[in-house]
Amino acid sequence: MSDQSHKIPQTEPRFSATFDTSTMSEIRRAAATGIYDIRGGGAKRKLPHFDDLLFLGASVSRYPLEGYREKCGTDVVLGTRFAKKPIHLKTPVTIAGMSFGALSGPAKESLGRGASAVGTSTTTGDGGMTPEERGHSTTLVYQYLPSRYGMNPDDLRKADAIEVVVGQGAKPGGGGMLLGQKITKRVAKMRCLPEGIDQRSSCRHPDWTGPDDLEIKIAELREITDWEKPIYVKVGATRPYFDVALAVKAGADVVVLDGMQGGTAATQEVFIEHVGIPILAAIRPAVQALQDMGMHRKVQLIVSGGIRNGADVAKALALGADAVAIGTAALVALGDNDPHLEEEYKKLGTTAGAYDDWHEGRDPAGITTQDPELMKRVDPVQAGRRLANYLSVMTMEAQVIARACGKSHLHNLEPEDLVALTVEASAMAKVPLAGTTWIPGVTKY
Amino acid sequence: METLTFDLDKKPLREINQFLHGDASTLNGKSIVIENPNGAHNIAVGLKADVEVTIKGHAGYYAAGMNQLAKVVVEGSVGSGVAENMMSGHVHVKGFASNAAGATANGGLLVIDGDAGLRCAIALKGADIVVGGSVGSFSAFMAQAGNLVILGDAGEGLGDSIYEARLFVRGKVKSLGADCEEKVMGPEERKILVDLLSRSGHGDVDPDSFKLYGSARTLYHFHVDNAGAY
Repeated sequence: MSDQSHKIPQTEPRFSATFDTSTMSEIRRAAATGIYDIRGGGAKRKLPHFDDLLFLGASVSRYPLEGYREKCGTDVVLGTRFAKKPIHLKTPVTIAGMSFGALSGPAKESLGRGASAVGTSTTTGDGGMTPEERGHSTTLVYQYLPSRYGMNPDDLRKADAIEVVVGQGAKPGGGGMLLGQKITKRVAKMRCLPEGIDQRSSCRHPDWTGPDDLEIKIAELREITDWEKPIYVKVGATRPYFDVALAVKAGADVVVLDGMQGGTAATQEVFIEHVGIPILAAIRPAVQALQDMGMHRKVQLIVSGGIRNGADVAKALALGADAVAIGTAALVALGDNDPHLEEEYKKLGTTAGAYDDWHEGRDPAGITTQDPELMKRVDPVQAGRRLANYLSVMTMEAQVIARACGKSHLHNLEPEDLVALTVEASAMAKVPLAGTTWIPGVTKY
Repeated sequence: METLTFDLDKKPLREINQFLHGDASTLNGKSIVIENPNGAHNIAVGLKADVEVTIKGHAGYYAAGMNQLAKVVVEGSVGSGVAENMMSGHVHVKGFASNAAGATANGGLLVIDGDAGLRCAIALKGADIVVGGSVGSFSAFMAQAGNLVILGDAGEGLGDSIYEARLFVRGKVKSLGADCEEKVMGPEERKILVDLLSRSGHGDVDPDSFKLYGSARTLYHFHVDNAGAY
């Protein structure tokens, strides 16, 4: 009997697609601690993205430009609507808002050095502007956030542009977090908080509550800075058509639209993965709002959230954006999650490429930390050079694609240059499914 | 003191604010009068000189916003966000104030003779605010530092999620917000209160008629047992 039963074939152990190992580990963690998981970064789940789009390039019906020889412009001017001093950038790839506090001082300096070397802008974050950051950034955008941590009118006047942050892609509708490990003496002083506490940032601005108020708030910022600075409004991608329309109505010079792949220093995992929409789905409604108001290219659109290379830049611009912003990719260029630190990532219970506990302040790369020893690992000159190299590569890659499409400026790329690989991407980006003329929701199959 | 008068009926606000942002050496010590404000928003915002500005009537949103050094007197009532993010100086509202009065103010003194609306002193970061009347609900929400003196009553949720600010209330408090509790007023706090009463024209009010509220500091670190309060 026992011999017979031994011969019965056994099914292989089968893992559930629904209850996969990651899901089950989170259930066990939640059961053990009683509190939600907090982490940094953006959405990690697979999402419809720029990889689902392709450029058609030129052939018989389109005329390409000669690579390396014929001019393909990359510059962009931001803030042409009302500001007396618009910003002129050499590349449409900008550095997204990241705070001193979330990032170490040397990391912020590296961002400034790298961006300035290629003629683009950096952006402050929650907690205000540091002199180092101002000093190393030729063009610095000053974020005006709900918490107003470190906000003061002197820094407002020192900035080259002001970004009113309504929300961000990783957590639209949520405020920031900075846990006690990173609230050092300097960070606490800048934010006017007790040292070492777990900081909660408010999710709404304290002195305005709706689009009509925002209009008055923008007018106040313009009055204080004598109408010199471009004023951006940053929103997390949720209802892009209406948010962009309301930002324009409120008087924005520039709208920044951040998809759910955009990173955060720290927030709840459930927030990052389940609130907001991917940037691919957000660009066309945003551009539509601008076009319906007759403001496309008059109010500039910056998009962010998962921009990784020149192809992503070119696709974002072809869909109608004027510029893009990078955060996570810039940190990787500085050295975040680098495999040469694998042994140290293992000690933290993770692996290079997956490390996202930025809020704990123990980043072996010295970037998302306030630990004085760890941050020494960032050499701002070398890291800044790596970022500059990376930004140059992205710009050149975008030019390669634009020339192949016969465009003498990145801004001449258009939806007509694109097709989609999936029905979902086709519907979201409103470009035809490859090999067809079908755009779900727009044309009949 | 040299006095200059602007009439908002005749001169655009932009020109008046531009003048008020002029070189401090030419503005310091001057007295400016703004007539016919008629509830305009953003009057006298972003001042950074030791100048005295008198607004002869009601002002709209953000009157004297982000003030530095200047003394601004409003001979009327104000809209939302009066003296928001003030860094220094003195703002005196002789009438009533709407919502978010003194929001995120870092320094200086804001005096409101009448009542203030919702969220007075929200996210206060070090300034002093004295309200002669009552304040609305959710005042001193997430107030980080500084002092709020209320001679009248306070609405619901006073001091919700408060950090290190001090709240002195003479009248009734409808309810306290999460992590806000009554404190014992020691000599140091009493001295602060007496000084603020004196500087705001309430020197005759008995400091012992006030109660002090501040942070219980139980929400300073994330803890599962506090989950309901976050």
